[in-house]
Amino acid sequence: MYARRGFVLAVSSEMSLRVLVPVKRVVDYAVKIRVVGGKVDTANVKHSMNPFDEIAVEEAVRLKEKKTAAEVIALTVGPAKSQETLRTALAMGADNAVHIEVPEGQEIQPLQVAKLLRAYVEKEKPGLVILGKQAIDDDAGQTGQLLAGLLNWPQATFASKIEFADAAKKILVTREIDGGLETVEAPLPAIVTADLRLNEPRYATLPNIMKAKKKPLTKITPADLGVDITPSIDVLSVSEPPKRVGGKKVESVDELVDKLKNEAGVI
Amino acid sequence: MAMASVNNWSEGLSDEALEIQSMAKAFADKELAPYMTEWDINETYPLDALRKMAQLGFGATSSAAPVLSRHDAAVGFEALATGCVSTTAFITVHNMAVWIIDTFANDTLRERYIPHLATFDKVASYCLTEPGAGSDAGNLATSAVKKGDHYILNGSKAFISGGGDSDVYVVMCRTGGPGPKGISCIVVEKGTPGLSFGKKEKKVGWNSQPTRAVIFEDCAVPVTNLVGKEGQGFSMAMQALNGGRINVSACSLGGAHAALEAAIEHTNIRKQFGKPLADNQSIQFKLAEMATSLVASRLMVRYAAKQLDGKTPAAGAWAAMAKLQATDKCFEIANEAIQLHGGYGYLKDYKVQQYMRDLRVHQILEGTNQIMRLVIAREMLK
Repeated sequence: MYARRGFVLAVSSEMSLRVLVPVKRVVDYAVKIRVVGGKVDTANVKHSMNPFDEIAVEEAVRLKEKKTAAEVIALTVGPAKSQETLRTALAMGADNAVHIEVPEGQEIQPLQVAKLLRAYVEKEKPGLVILGKQAIDDDAGQTGQLLAGLLNWPQATFASKIEFADAAKKILVTREIDGGLETVEAPLPAIVTADLRLNEPRYATLPNIMKAKKKPLTKITPADLGVDITPSIDVLSVSEPPKRVGGKKVESVDELVDKLKNEAGVI
Repeated sequence: MAMASVNNWSEGLSDEALEIQSMAKAFADKELAPYMTEWDINETYPLDALRKMAQLGFGATSSAAPVLSRHDAAVGFEALATGCVSTTAFITVHNMAVWIIDTFANDTLRERYIPHLATFDKVASYCLTEPGAGSDAGNLATSAVKKGDHYILNGSKAFISGGGDSDVYVVMCRTGGPGPKGISCIVVEKGTPGLSFGKKEKKVGWNSQPTRAVIFEDCAVPVTNLVGKEGQGFSMAMQALNGGRINVSACSLGGAHAALEAAIEHTNIRKQFGKPLADNQSIQFKLAEMATSLVASRLMVRYAAKQLDGKTPAAGAWAAMAKLQATDKCFEIANEAIQLHGGYGYLKDYKVQQYMRDLRVHQILEGTNQIMRLVIAREMLK
């Protein structure tokens, strides 16, 4: 689709929209977490793509199928093993993948990820970045918002629906908030974070899993992007929640209030 | 529950196989496992779930492009079988019938059938066994006499998975003289006059698949439905069984894997004499034996699958060995898992008993484990 304006041929944003989907490799949601040596035990434990990131990838792939997006780029920040997550994204339908590789054991926090993403975005200029609303390992829920702040782009977080308007130059995003549903409008380029009900991610088909290995996967380092990934927050301690103890039956409301105040110490 | 690294079924797999395994397990957990009990008790034939499996590519793993290696297909079926052994095994039998058409039939037949069979839009059944010819398959009696443009089929097949419901029947029948060399393979479509079915069999397991006798009474089939050449049918059937044996073994692995995981969880939770069952050495010994047996079986199945992929001359014997090992050992694992559950293991509320019942038949079909010994010995004594 071309719009001829004088001597300039302009391609409508619909045809050229590139969507970036950052994805994270996390401990699988079904695993029983254990704390060993002051850290969450991740050795020999099943890992998979963060469920909210799967939803983000699915949304981006659907945009491509609807021909709203031209390209879906999956990106991850992590050690060598993180590549598995990129493969999953490619198998779901992403066109190419970028691995920002960090050393094994290196701690990576949301602000540093956001800085890496900003550097990548400034280079590659995608029109839309869709992230999962939070990662299920740290539940930080910050990366999308930090990225929007760093780029000074509009953000539509906790999206349960994304629609396009104005020849794909604007998005209308329905957000799930405490009070109900809110719809915001933002011009592209923009940041969206995906919430649970945005979509139901597909299973990768066998043909797509096999095609995935032919898709381009680029490796870069934080140094290539000029970003310092030193963590800015110190984790002081990590512990398991207290073991469940039996409940107690009380005879009256007064007794309940007394126990809540003097035994449980919660009021 | 995280499986210990010693029984990590992802060990040594390529990136692609890992992806297949992870996808198949996610599918099994969500689309099969929650329903396997209900399907077994109600004898439900879960066409929707089977179609979903086919849409993901499991309807014709060796036939529809891009073709999956036998090894990776085995990895996929193993993962699917943790959700429902019976349903997964059924799609592997369908795959076997599809493979025969794809490998040996002319383009006309292939174009007519494969696209529909790959999507499970149409279902295929493999018809070899007869009331009078099980292990002695080479002496099957269903006859196909040429009369003008048609073969007239007379006889019956027994224990046919999908019989009565399937749309396409890949039938081994006698066009020539006695013995294996007189057997040909003919495709018969449901609805052909003279094709009828026996009653639905009541089985100990594999209850999510209908099993019936397939009966031919002066059933006229166009000669153009001959697969390959006359006299090649037995060879086709045997070659198809090599793949079938790998796949049914993979289903055994999945069932045993799930049964073992359930047993580990139960023995950690169930307390007697003041401690979890798993604190007892005898229980630990039992679990260790089960895991060792499972890992040995899995390695054999995957290795045999690689032999088949590499078209090594002895691949058939490898497949027989893997099938003998895996189906026997995995049934024992599931059976032991029941014992480890105590009384609860005997209740249909618990899945272990279904894994045991479903796996029992793997020791019998696709060549009894006694025939497997003959296949192996023949190779050894060459």
